[in-house]
Amino acid sequence: MHIDLSTIDYSILAIYFVFVLGIGWVLKRHTKTSSDFFLSGRSIPAWVAGLAFLSANLGAQEVIGMGASGAKYGIATSHFYWIGAVPAMVFVGIFMMPFYYGSKARSVPEFLKLRFDEKTRAFNAITFAVMTIVSSGVSMYAMGKLLEVLLGWDFDLSIWVSAAIILGYIYLGGLTSAIYNEVLQFFLIVLGFVPLTYLGLQDAGGWSGLKERLAEVATQSGFSSGAWSHSWQYMGSAHANPMGVEVFGLAMGLGFVLSFGYWCTDFLVVQRAMAADSMSSARRTPLIAAFPKMLFPFLVILPGMIAIALTVHSGQTGFHLPLKPDGSYDYDLTIPLMLQHYLPSGLLGLGLCALMASFMSGMAGNVTAFNTVWTYDIYQSYIAPKKSDNHYLWMGRMATIGGLVMSVAAAYLAQQFNNIMDVLQLVFAFVNAPLFATFLLGMFWKRTTGHGAFWGLLSGTLAATIHHGITAPIGAQTLLKGGWLHSPIHLYPSEMAQNFWTAIFAWTTCFVLTIVISLATRRQKSDEDLEGLVFWCTKRQVEGGVAWWKRPAVLGVVVLAMTLALNILFF
Amino acid sequence: MGLDIRLPIGLMFGLIGLILTVYGVTAPAASQALGHNVNLVWGLCILAFGTVMLASWKLFPTKPRQQASHDDSEPSRH
Repeated sequence: MHIDLSTIDYSILAIYFVFVLGIGWVLKRHTKTSSDFFLSGRSIPAWVAGLAFLSANLGAQEVIGMGASGAKYGIATSHFYWIGAVPAMVFVGIFMMPFYYGSKARSVPEFLKLRFDEKTRAFNAITFAVMTIVSSGVSMYAMGKLLEVLLGWDFDLSIWVSAAIILGYIYLGGLTSAIYNEVLQFFLIVLGFVPLTYLGLQDAGGWSGLKERLAEVATQSGFSSGAWSHSWQYMGSAHANPMGVEVFGLAMGLGFVLSFGYWCTDFLVVQRAMAADSMSSARRTPLIAAFPKMLFPFLVILPGMIAIALTVHSGQTGFHLPLKPDGSYDYDLTIPLMLQHYLPSGLLGLGLCALMASFMSGMAGNVTAFNTVWTYDIYQSYIAPKKSDNHYLWMGRMATIGGLVMSVAAAYLAQQFNNIMDVLQLVFAFVNAPLFATFLLGMFWKRTTGHGAFWGLLSGTLAATIHHGITAPIGAQTLLKGGWLHSPIHLYPSEMAQNFWTAIFAWTTCFVLTIVISLATRRQKSDEDLEGLVFWCTKRQVEGGVAWWKRPAVLGVVVLAMTLALNILFF
Repeated sequence: MGLDIRLPIGLMFGLIGLILTVYGVTAPAASQALGHNVNLVWGLCILAFGTVMLASWKLFPTKPRQQASHDDSEPSRH
């Protein structure tokens, strides 16, 4: 069952690791101030920041998870890209970046402090810091597990070695190191996965052969024959598609609340744009990222669709998905097993390299976001203010060590108590969903007050918790899936539908309560205070001196038009 | 910021592309997938990508940043 790697595969992996650490080593000389370490000295060109913006999110959960969802739900998984991520990226580039970058805030929590008050910042900083450690730990655990199953590598060794490598390059070169490695990872994933998709598609008899096989998959599961190969056609009713969601839950829950919430407010990605070398580059960062993002379904979702198609109706090479002990397909192994099946020694090394790079970048992204929020928003704000810049640079490096040690601990915790991680991730989903309402009101309504923002956010989180506690997906076995407060008063057709609606309730509660509480409390900040922080109090940007094709509005329209075309093409 | 990223990208992918190409030529039987010598074909593509990155680094070096080059960061009137 283990994949046997040959010398050539090992040498490709070795070259990658040498370059990863080498980049950190070269950058060390240029990392002299805390601004270099945490913000790359605001000197990253737009295309580099853009690819890093994309890659920071392209962790293993994304690569493995999207392949698995492609097999489970078919092309409808692309909604995560074509109605989810891409429109949100356009929005953050055009409307929100002027305030993030223009305010000179060094982090998202710091922006909340400038716009609202200290308590809102503290709330966001602390939950975000905990969240990054948990995500990085889960990613580490997943990697250790996968390398154990796939290559027979020792779990402990994989975890500690990966932590040491990440520590090495971030300790030396800070955010710049992480960004550069994310760009390397972007190209590795593209170059490593294109042959996989190509060979898989050939095996399935091209697009038409794939569609015929997917029709069999759909009818066997009791859906109309096009349910796996059309993204919108079966979204009218939650029972007509394998995702179990209907168009409103999809557009509002995934498209609006969850995607905008993530791409517009999560410091992990926003940090990449804040490191850009100018306002114009910062605004272009998410827009540049949106171009490859809209094509990624062909690299990460399509292989999953090919895998399930070939499992139901085998191709010439006999690829099929393995079964779990309970008789269901082991979807999580889709991408790794396809790598093993289709790629010969040589390209196999490259494919595994891409997979490992995605794990490591996922962790490194979290660690760089953690050390920044810890140092600026917690340490400098509450523990040790007014120290020298060198002291904060030192603290950043120590926070990198601390963050990684805690990630390793979280990885072992995940190994011990799988459920604890699920609970924590759930809690953070509750925290993140309402945050977008806070930002929307904060940036576009000058009357929003600090009390309104803080209590609105807290109530939104509470609403999410309650909604999750009194509903459940059909067939839920554990209380973890919901219904732990009260016997479920509503059953959703799938876990995904429940997630989307939890987000919708959380967002709406936060939005309404923030408005009500803001109106009931006194405004603390004058229009002058809010200059550069709120849309209506900020002078409009004039795009002087930038070529027309580099202007955010032009890029945004092109991105949206292309995404619309993709939606129509696979309707 | 000291290091132009096109240099490490070009070097790394140039090297990996070269290794795959050589392997594809010397061990064609072990490089087959669905009737293609994938190591050779894709190795050459990766080698070309690495070369383009190196060429772009050599031919179009980044201009040293001027302090006030923030092209549109100056807010002006409505």
